[in-house]
Amino acid sequence: MIQLEFPTEKKQSGDFAPPLSVRFHVDLPLLYGILMLLGAGLFILYSADNQSLALLFRQCIWMSIALTIMFIFAQISPKRYRQMTPWIFILGILLLAAVLVVGHTGKGAQRWLNLGLFKFQPSEIMKLAAPMALAWYFDKRRLPPTFPMLMVCAIILVAPVALIIKQPDLGTALVIVFAGVCVILLAGIKWRYVIGLAVIAAASAPVLWHFLHDYQQQRVLTFLNPGLDPLGDGYHIIQSKIAIGSGGVFGKGYLEGTQSHLRFLPEHATDFIFAVVGEELGLIGGVILIAMLMYVVLRGLYISTQAPDTFSRLLAGSLSLTFFLSFFVNIGMVTGILPVVGVPLPLISYGGSSMLTMMAGFGIVMSIQTHRELLFK
Amino acid sequence: MRRDWRFYAVLALLIAGTAVLVFRMISLSVLDRNFLVKEGEARSIRTIDIPAYRGMIIDRNGVPMAVSALVNAIWVNPKIFSPDEKELNELSTILHIPAEKIAQKSEPGGKRSFAYIARGISPETAEEINAMKIRGLHFQKEYRRFYPSADVSAQLLGVTNIDDQGQEGLELAFNDWLKGVPGKRQVIKNRLGQIISSLDVIREPQEGRDLQLSIDSRLQHLAYDALLEALPKYNAESGSIVILNPKTGEILSMVNAPSYNPNHREKQNSHHRNRAVTDLFEPGSTMKPFSILNGLASGKYTPKTMIDTNPGWMKIGKYTITEAGNKNYGVTTVSGILQKSSNIGTVKVTLSLPPKSLWQLLTYMGFGEKTGSGFPGERTGVLIEERFNRPTELATMAYGYGLSVTALQLAQAYAILAGHGEKHPVTFVKTDQPESSKQIVSKELAEQILSMLKEAAEDGGGTKAKIPGYQVGGKTGTAYMLGPNGYDKSRYTSSFVGIAPLSDPQLVCVVVIHGVKGTVHYGSQVSAPIFAKVISSALRYLNIPPDDLSYQ
Repeated sequence: MIQLEFPTEKKQSGDFAPPLSVRFHVDLPLLYGILMLLGAGLFILYSADNQSLALLFRQCIWMSIALTIMFIFAQISPKRYRQMTPWIFILGILLLAAVLVVGHTGKGAQRWLNLGLFKFQPSEIMKLAAPMALAWYFDKRRLPPTFPMLMVCAIILVAPVALIIKQPDLGTALVIVFAGVCVILLAGIKWRYVIGLAVIAAASAPVLWHFLHDYQQQRVLTFLNPGLDPLGDGYHIIQSKIAIGSGGVFGKGYLEGTQSHLRFLPEHATDFIFAVVGEELGLIGGVILIAMLMYVVLRGLYISTQAPDTFSRLLAGSLSLTFFLSFFVNIGMVTGILPVVGVPLPLISYGGSSMLTMMAGFGIVMSIQTHRELLFK
Repeated sequence: MRRDWRFYAVLALLIAGTAVLVFRMISLSVLDRNFLVKEGEARSIRTIDIPAYRGMIIDRNGVPMAVSALVNAIWVNPKIFSPDEKELNELSTILHIPAEKIAQKSEPGGKRSFAYIARGISPETAEEINAMKIRGLHFQKEYRRFYPSADVSAQLLGVTNIDDQGQEGLELAFNDWLKGVPGKRQVIKNRLGQIISSLDVIREPQEGRDLQLSIDSRLQHLAYDALLEALPKYNAESGSIVILNPKTGEILSMVNAPSYNPNHREKQNSHHRNRAVTDLFEPGSTMKPFSILNGLASGKYTPKTMIDTNPGWMKIGKYTITEAGNKNYGVTTVSGILQKSSNIGTVKVTLSLPPKSLWQLLTYMGFGEKTGSGFPGERTGVLIEERFNRPTELATMAYGYGLSVTALQLAQAYAILAGHGEKHPVTFVKTDQPESSKQIVSKELAEQILSMLKEAAEDGGGTKAKIPGYQVGGKTGTAYMLGPNGYDKSRYTSSFVGIAPLSDPQLVCVVVIHGVKGTVHYGSQVSAPIFAKVISSALRYLNIPPDDLSYQ
């Protein structure tokens, strides 16, 4: 039955001769999706940053590095990943602890480790290491998970999340929690546990509220009512809604957006770049971009369903869903249905750090797909 | 691979999530579109004023006295403006403002988004600063007023404030005429307040109109220089000169000293008053012509009527009136009384007439009320009807005490005498066609007084007012200045009112010097020479032919 899914010419050739792309562990459908998004990103960024070539050039360098990392990560087999997982996770925890002690402070948060040549956020490692750790834990166990197993999962997740909240970086912490929850969900959790978790989450919300920093609480309050502080925190939401709304169905035209170019729209090259799309390319441009993003998610999920082992299946699924969550939260925030958390639009927003992580994740997903194809042959 | 229900649950969640985003996009870009478009425009489209040019003030010959020049105001957005050390020092050097003061304007966390740093900056300086490209620093075009005549006409012209509105003097009196109407322009501004593009001029600025004054700049300079020279010479505090054209009521000159330079507003002082219309003084003997005129008008006296002023003093109630210098002029004619400036003669004429007649005449002459010049802050003087019923007060008022006047009122009253008894409304505006005049006294009476004034200037107290080649008439006056407790007997107000040329009067000139101290303090000694100096030059400037044929 599975054989039917492969082109017949391969079957006919008696030799083991996979396509060049598979031999270099590149999943072409996923690569095309990613390249389309990166191209779209450059196209939008050129307009968003007032046609500055300098920023575009830097973003190109980031993309080259990111594509290289993706390619390298794709070469490592899922088996190696599984073996390395505990060590990667422990290293991640140690680095997070180091950040709190000797970290570099920027924009009021202590997130960066200064490695001389460049600064780097250990929390980015955790975006990959945390779902890997959970997938590793479930890999050798009988599924669906039992309650004690869920407790262990919670412990695995709590350590990095607590360290990251302390920095503070609520957005990244939430992404990691979500990645972990995805792994658990894909592992086959029972309905009653889902309900139980929901109840616990609801019950712990007021407790968590007190752990939040003032500015984080403020963001949630402002989200609930942007009119509270139209010049301060509410400003971002109001401006991006204006930008998207004034674009209409067809947009004002490429390079013609006024809200972004007159600097009324804050963070127009980074977190709020989607508002530029809405203003200049309209509803149609926005929907096309969402479709492109969804294509990448669905390809990732397809790879997950084809994965030969639990570790690969859970990891690929979790990474794909995390990608979905990133753009869902970003676009939700820009369109005003979610509070403002500093999450960039993946592969589109200017900035290297999150792009590197995202592309490393896609490298792992490609590795899972291509190694299976080779194995299968 | 078995695709269990979880797979479909996840897929459903993804589709639902995507649908939420798409519906949200639709709600913003389709349903709320109009509202959001309007909100966007409200943020970026602004209406700004286009400054309007304020009209020029020119003198009667077209010489500019107040002109508006295009300058720049420099303002900053304190939230954005944060100059570094080098920029701060350069700004400080160029603008001559202490660096600390400029640094204070930077308030990154503050609420303000507008603060002026400097105004009235010349285009060259603005260009220099613009080249520094400092963030948050902006320019705004505006007009600044310059006064070419500087301190000469300072109080007369007054000043405008930084917003180009008249504050004092003629700038205030004629503000509505001079000021333009600012235009309105729609612009797109970015969040930093910089104008990105101009959309539309909603209303063109309307230029203000130029104002041509009756003033003659040359006479202004003459009069002002004469005052500056005289004040220290006579140890005097201040002075004013008013020159009127008796044929039209036009004010040809009005100067005061000490003065100030209106082009240097930072150095403000107390010399802003246009003393010629705001400062009251007791006119003294310069009032006598009107008392004599009152006598002639009654029909009881002619210039030849003999009056007995013996023995040189008289008692009214418990007051004793004497002549100046305790002289005794004996029996003399009415015209001799004015020529010699006899107090007793004047009082005798006045007391022989109905008490109210003098008040009536002085009121007709314009005393006790504003002249109608429209000058801001002009005063009426003190002329109280009831006082004329009391003989002692009537007597002192007859020779110019117990009432007070402004220099302009005095000039106006003499202009009636010089203008054949006709009263022209005084004006600061050049008029080709004199406004309708009113006959106050008959031409004959006015001429009789003029010839007495001629004698007074030639043989009486005003001999120092003589101008070679011209017939002049005039009357001196000296009074104690009013101090906090009645008369201040160490300070005098010395005045002289003159008319020239007497055969066809064209100039009436009032010279008032306040606070004269020392032995030389009589109007005849202090003010008459100033008159002669100013008017002799003025007559030549104005090409008025000599009328004194006896002088060769």
